[in-house]
Order: sequence, then C-alpha cells, then structure tokens
Amino acid sequence: MAEQDVHRRVDAVWRIESARIVATLARATGDIGLAEDVAQEALVEALEEWPQRGIPNNPGAWLTAVAKRRAIDGWRRRARLDERHAALAADLDERAERSDHASTWEPIDDDVLRLVFVACHPVLSRESQVALTLRVVGGLTTEEIARMLFVPVATVQARVTRAKKTLAAAAVPFEVPDPSTWTDRLGGVLSVIYLIFTEGYAATSGDGWLRVDLANEALRLGRVLAGLLPREPEVQGLLALMELQASRFAARTARDGSPILLADQDRTKWDRGQIERGRQALARADATGRGRGPYGLQAAIAECHAVAPRFADTDWERIVIVYEALSRLAPSPIVDLNRAVAVSMATGPANGLRIVDELASGGALRGSHLLPSVRGELLARLGRTAEARAELLVAAGLASNDRERAVLVDKAAALEA
Amino acid sequence: MPKYMLIMRSNQAAVEDYESMDFEAVINAMGAYNESMMKAGVLLGGDGLSDAKEGFVVDFASETPIVTDGPYGETHELFNGFWIIQVSSKEEAAEWAKRCPLGPGSKLEVRRVTDETDFADYADNEYVQKEEQWREELGTK
Repeated sequence: MAEQDVHRRVDAVWRIESARIVATLARATGDIGLAEDVAQEALVEALEEWPQRGIPNNPGAWLTAVAKRRAIDGWRRRARLDERHAALAADLDERAERSDHASTWEPIDDDVLRLVFVACHPVLSRESQVALTLRVVGGLTTEEIARMLFVPVATVQARVTRAKKTLAAAAVPFEVPDPSTWTDRLGGVLSVIYLIFTEGYAATSGDGWLRVDLANEALRLGRVLAGLLPREPEVQGLLALMELQASRFAARTARDGSPILLADQDRTKWDRGQIERGRQALARADATGRGRGPYGLQAAIAECHAVAPRFADTDWERIVIVYEALSRLAPSPIVDLNRAVAVSMATGPANGLRIVDELASGGALRGSHLLPSVRGELLARLGRTAEARAELLVAAGLASNDRERAVLVDKAAALEA
Repeated sequence: MPKYMLIMRSNQAAVEDYESMDFEAVINAMGAYNESMMKAGVLLGGDGLSDAKEGFVVDFASETPIVTDGPYGETHELFNGFWIIQVSSKEEAAEWAKRCPLGPGSKLEVRRVTDETDFADYADNEYVQKEEQWREELGTK
C-alpha cells in the first residue's frame, strides 16, 4: 500500500479512536497532558510501522497499548518511578499486555465524558477550551484546527500547550464535576460547543460568511455529547438548535457567496432530513420532562421557522412568546433585539421599534452593528426613509464581516432609489 | 463534511445463513455497531429493508414501466439495508464500513451522497434556471 494511502487511513483511524484513546490514558495516568503527548507519540509510531506491517485489526487497542508503554518508559526515564507511579506502571503493563491480545477493546464512555469536562474546564480561557476540545475530543490535527479557525498553526499549538499547563497548574482532576457544580459545568461545555458552531455558522470576521466545516465539527461534538448524556434536556436542546440552524446552510448563500436572509431563502434547499433530526432531538429534550432551557427555547424558535412552508406562513405570535420566555430565562440584549424583530413581524414595526429604542437608550449593544441594522430596517418599514438610511450606514460602519457590510450598504442604497 | 451511504448487499446464501442465525445475537451485534457510530457522532440515519420477496420491481425497459413482484430477477445480490453517515473523509467512511458485523456473502457498497457543490457546474441547467424564475415570480428572491 502506498505510504500516502496508509497516512490517510491512519488519520481516519485517529479521527474515530483518538478521544477514547486519550480518555483511557488520562484515566490511567490521571494526567490529560501526558495522555495527549503519549497518544501523539503512538500515532507517530503507527505512521512508521503500519506502512510496513499493515494496519492491525484493532488499531485503537494497538495505539492505546503503545501509548501506555510510552507513558511507563517516560516515568522510568525520568526516574520518577516512585511508589504511586510504580503501581500505575504495573497496572498499565498488565493492561497493555492484555489489550495486545484482546480481540475487542472496550473503552469506557465515562472516560470520554471526563475528557469533555476537563477540556472545557473553567480554569481555561475560551480559546484554549475550543482548541483543546477540537483536538482531544474531536480528534482533529493542529493543522486542521488552524485552517478552520483561520489562525496560524503555531497559535493553535500554543493554545493547546498552554491549556495543558494550566490544567496541570490547577491540578484539575480527571473527573466529571460533582452534583453541586454539574449544571454550571455542563453549561460551560455546551457553550464551548455552541461557540465552535456559531464561529462556523456566521464568521465574525473576514469575508467568509459560512465556515461549514467548523459548524459540522460542532455538530459532531454535539452528537457525541448527546450520545453520552442522552437524558440531559439542554444537551438535546443544543443539538436540536444546531441541527435546525445547519439545515439552512445550503440556502444561506447566493452563488457569488453573498448572504441570503431568512425571508428570501429558497426553502426547497433546506435539508429536510436535518430538520427532522433537529425536531427529534427537541422531542427527546421535552421527553425528559424537565422543561426547556435556553438552548431548547432557541431550538423551538428555529423549529417555528423550519416548519413554515413560506416566510409569510411563519407563526410570529408563537415566536414572540418563546422569545419572552427566553429573555426571562437567559436575559440578553441580543435576545431582546430578536424579540423586537419578532414583535414587529407579529404586530407591526412600531411595536418592534419601541423595544429597540428602549435597548438603545439603555446603552445596550453599543459598538455592534446589530442594533442599528435592525433599527434601520424597522424605520424603513415605517416609511421613515432618511432616518433608516442613516441608521443602516451606521450599521455598515460597525460590521466586521465584509459580506454583512456589503448587504447593509446595498440596503441603504436601495432606500435612496 | 461529506456524507456517505453504506449500502448492505448480500447474496442468497448469506441471506439464508442470516435466517438460520440466532436473531437476538444478530440484533445485538448490529445494535452495538449502530450505537458505536451514534456515540461517535457520525450516524445520521439508516434502516433495514424487509424481505425482498415482499418487494417489487418497476422496470423501465419498455415505454410503459412494468411492475414485477419479488426481487430483481437476474441480479444475485439483494439490498438489505443502509446507513447514512457524515464523516471527515472517504477513508473514515471505509473505517466505519469495515467495522460492520457482516460475514461472507455480504458486501457494503459505500457511496458519497451528492451535495450542492456537485451541481455547481450546472448552474445554467434548464431546471436550475426554471427554479430561479419560479422564485422571482413568487417574490422570494
């Protein structure tokens, strides 16, 4: 087999197995940084050995066994084989021995869950959480992460290294959080995954409107988490939200790459299968009987759009009610701004404008293009053309995404006609 | 991320072997396989197909399509089910396919599901043009 082919196959195996390999090693050594390092060393060894000797029947078990031996060798080399390490080494030796011969390798789901919680630990910066999660849970290479995040490879490397050092410095245990912090910590994990998704869904800078690959990685992580925690309503709620939003990917950009707004999208391009998967995830969230959280509510709004055959059929009254619930559960100016849009659709632009003006007078969203762009839109619908145009140009000046800026400038120009 | 369809095909002997096997063991093995893909976040959907004897074939050989009962006569392989997975590469699709608990006489055909980009060259196609026009008329453009 050509070496290039083996390389691609090893990458594929890594993609499938790495989270479980790193999780198993982290469980055994109690050190996620070491686990990641020795797993990478095993990967390098695989790339040297497999082209000659063929890919083993159970590549995950092979990689885990090799990585464990590397961990033991490392301890021996650094003469740190104190009593605790000696016991661990004996245990690893025995397990490595057994897994060599075992026909099936049974990693434990709980270990992967621990890995998720540690990668999203609150001692880490958001950037480190994102990089470490994509790396150890998603099984992506540093190069892939760099490409998707539009940052240099060295930056991703630095973030991962720093993350490992921080976890070691804070002596973060390889454990799932205890019940008293469970809700907060799970919320942290969900926000990391959603951040990865939104970063891909609407690029915050540059001219890339959509980074579908990154959004799909977040979806994959969301599905993994939903598999690990099927009875957590917000895990299902987040998955539902991402599936429903992603179902519109194909309809969101025109052929020249410019964005198409919800009202103008060709709904025949929405992915019906994905909408169905999103609705099923929301149904699973509801089936827990614990009510909808912020993600579940946002998914419910996305569902209202997904089920409307045409924009004119949208059930805006229902969307307003869901936004009201959302703004009480998770108050934020963005939610209020969206609520204003929904209100304007349900009962007219004047009512929407009242909410926007309230937000503006409170100084909310200062510096963001979102508020003036909505305000400009509402003013235009009220026939206050001059004010609308000025507001849209303010918004264009604040937009950080080239495509969005172009849309706003076009809208302002259209008002002059 | 591309999507792939894993299409299960078996010859008559394998189908008969299957019928003589402990059905519960078969369900367990397939269940574990499905669960592994579900937990890895790659499984989008899939289903098994009922006995080919219940099926029928619509043949377009002549001007009027002809409906014939039972499985397709001349072929020696029967379609039994399918999975749709979303993975990072063709190689990853192959790795998942190889893990399927099937035996001799069975095959998995792996095909990429087409997406928008496959039709990018056909933007001037008559149907695509019609759709554009239709959208303009509906005022949705």
